[in-house]
Amino acid sequence: MSGSNMWEAVSGIVRRDLLLAMRRRSDAAMSVFFLVIVVSLFPLGVGPEPAVLRIIGPGVLWVAALLACLLSLGRVFTADYLDGVLEQMVLIPQPLAILVVGKILAHWLISGLPVVLLSPLLGLQFGLSGEPLGVLVMSLLLGTPTLSMIGAIGAALVLGVRGSGLLVALLVLPLYVPILIFGAGAVTSSMAGIGGEANLSLLGACLVLSLFLAPWATAAALRIALE
Amino acid sequence: MSTGINWLKYSSPQAFYPLAGRLIPWFACVAVALMGIGLYMGFFVAPTDFQQGEAYRIIFVHVPAAWMSMFLYVVMAVWAGIGMGLNARLSFMMAQAIAPTGAMFTFLALLTGAMWGKPTWGAWWVWDARLTSELILLFQYAGVMLLRTSIDDMRRADRASAVFALVGVVNVPIIYFSVQWWNTLHQGASVSMATGSKMASTMLTAMLLMTVAFWLYSIAVILARARCIMIERESLPVWDEKAAVIQEAVEAR
Amino acid sequence: MLQAVALHCSRGERRLFTDLNVKVERGSLLAVVGENGSGKTSLLRIFSSLLPPEQGSVLWEGQDIQQLKELYSAELTYIGHLNAIKDDLTPLENLMSAMSLTGESCSHNGAKEALEAIGLKRPIHHLPSKVLSQGQKRRVALARLWLSTRPLWLLDEPFTSLDTAATGVVTQRLHTHLQRGGLAVVVTHQEVALPAETIQRLRLTG
Repeated sequence: MSGSNMWEAVSGIVRRDLLLAMRRRSDAAMSVFFLVIVVSLFPLGVGPEPAVLRIIGPGVLWVAALLACLLSLGRVFTADYLDGVLEQMVLIPQPLAILVVGKILAHWLISGLPVVLLSPLLGLQFGLSGEPLGVLVMSLLLGTPTLSMIGAIGAALVLGVRGSGLLVALLVLPLYVPILIFGAGAVTSSMAGIGGEANLSLLGACLVLSLFLAPWATAAALRIALE
Repeated sequence: MSTGINWLKYSSPQAFYPLAGRLIPWFACVAVALMGIGLYMGFFVAPTDFQQGEAYRIIFVHVPAAWMSMFLYVVMAVWAGIGMGLNARLSFMMAQAIAPTGAMFTFLALLTGAMWGKPTWGAWWVWDARLTSELILLFQYAGVMLLRTSIDDMRRADRASAVFALVGVVNVPIIYFSVQWWNTLHQGASVSMATGSKMASTMLTAMLLMTVAFWLYSIAVILARARCIMIERESLPVWDEKAAVIQEAVEAR
Repeated sequence: MLQAVALHCSRGERRLFTDLNVKVERGSLLAVVGENGSGKTSLLRIFSSLLPPEQGSVLWEGQDIQQLKELYSAELTYIGHLNAIKDDLTPLENLMSAMSLTGESCSHNGAKEALEAIGLKRPIHHLPSKVLSQGQKRRVALARLWLSTRPLWLLDEPFTSLDTAATGVVTQRLHTHLQRGGLAVVVTHQEVALPAETIQRLRLTG
């Protein structure tokens, strides 16, 4: 029960998940590829007018990031649930919530971080530059971990349920609304010249709040799923 | 999580079932009576608004429905929380019984909001902070009910939807706040509905009457639904009002 | 000592067992037998604390496992009906990550020795597990028993898809465990070849 054991279990799970992602690179690459495609579809749909693209840019990028995260949620627990590793996780002598933090961290590193790193490039496609571009990256950096955490609750709730892919979207998307509003709002207000700090602070607050609540809710949902 | 509590003792459906059966007609009758008086006052007695004309009268349905929709979500979450904490099956049944009524009021609030919006704002749908949060609340109700119906195992369905309801109750105020924030950022302060200070006293009375009527209606409907759920789940014969028969049925299992 | 007191269990509408009382002392093994669907696995999951009992309780050294929580987890090794191994990892990686998860970290060499003890030769240690046969995968899962320092073992059909040689090795390992004062609950439809005085049988009739 000591702190070092706890750390060992968490870092062990992160390392294992990263190793698994390395063995299956195409899985991780797919959600990034999805993001790029979705984002590229919008100019084709609404027309190449730069002024229009600049207005819808932040929203489009954020919605696409949200969908990319949603798409990868199935991977957080499903494989572990099916091959029995999840049972072992629930039975470790550490609080399950701590381990869940490790799982979420790994998920974010695999599917959230690439989105953040790619966003400046996608922002340029929509005519964002200078400060708004920086705010976009910052907002995604603060927002995507929250998306992973809220998503993990949904992913745990629908484990082994029929139609889980669609169900998780229905459960999680309404919960994503505040993150979307603050994230896209940060970029929009930065473009309007009033600075994105207020929105970014709110994103930070959401991150802290979900860090306190989401692991417990996810742990509870996992136990329920395994009963 | 079971601590050996015998749910029969604690949440005692034998006591609940006939009690609910006796209460339902009373709640229903008073609800109908109050609704009649409230609607009469709202539509015929309350003065015409000099700005909005007659169209404003829909708020006598709209505002109480919106209140009930949020209130019922909180009540549902509380029952879900009690269920998780005490492992009491009756609490889960109550939470399950509340969801459809809550969703119905949310839908009613959205519908009447749109009916009010058309003459007032000139559009059926406006991305007003309140309407938007109400819409998302409807999604959350839908989520709770869908999650429940997707899971076959009753115990798991109860607990999973309870966790989601509890997560949602944290999220509802954040959503409301964020939408309001977003709204002011995009289009300035939204048109506010009737404010308390300039409301005539008959309007206030009518609205309060309608709120109480909706509240009693909710109790009646929820209790009736809880009784149905109980029969369905316990696969008991349709329970007689006599306690002895129920006792017998429970013991026979 | 592991003790079940007045356990009730039902899955869905079906009642699996009622008022089940059983006691497992140190140095002895409880073999749970019964037809398919008689609740053997459910009983094991109740013992492991994965499944909370509807009524009744499970006591470990006299204390309710629902209260002990993580303290109880630190006492047991659970090998379920699923192997809990990742197809994309090698047997060695699987074993080592399983051990680091439970907090009983083991050395590289220790893990190799465990795999060899259950009859998995060195070249196999570095293949991805997806190319292994069912029996070999089961062996990877069971290799944990050679590294486990926990007193309570909960095994769900450990001998499934094992050949006679491997069955013998695992039985021998169980014997050593019991001699050291460990205890085990094993769900099986096979006879466990252990001295009769160490085995207690529980038949679930469903």
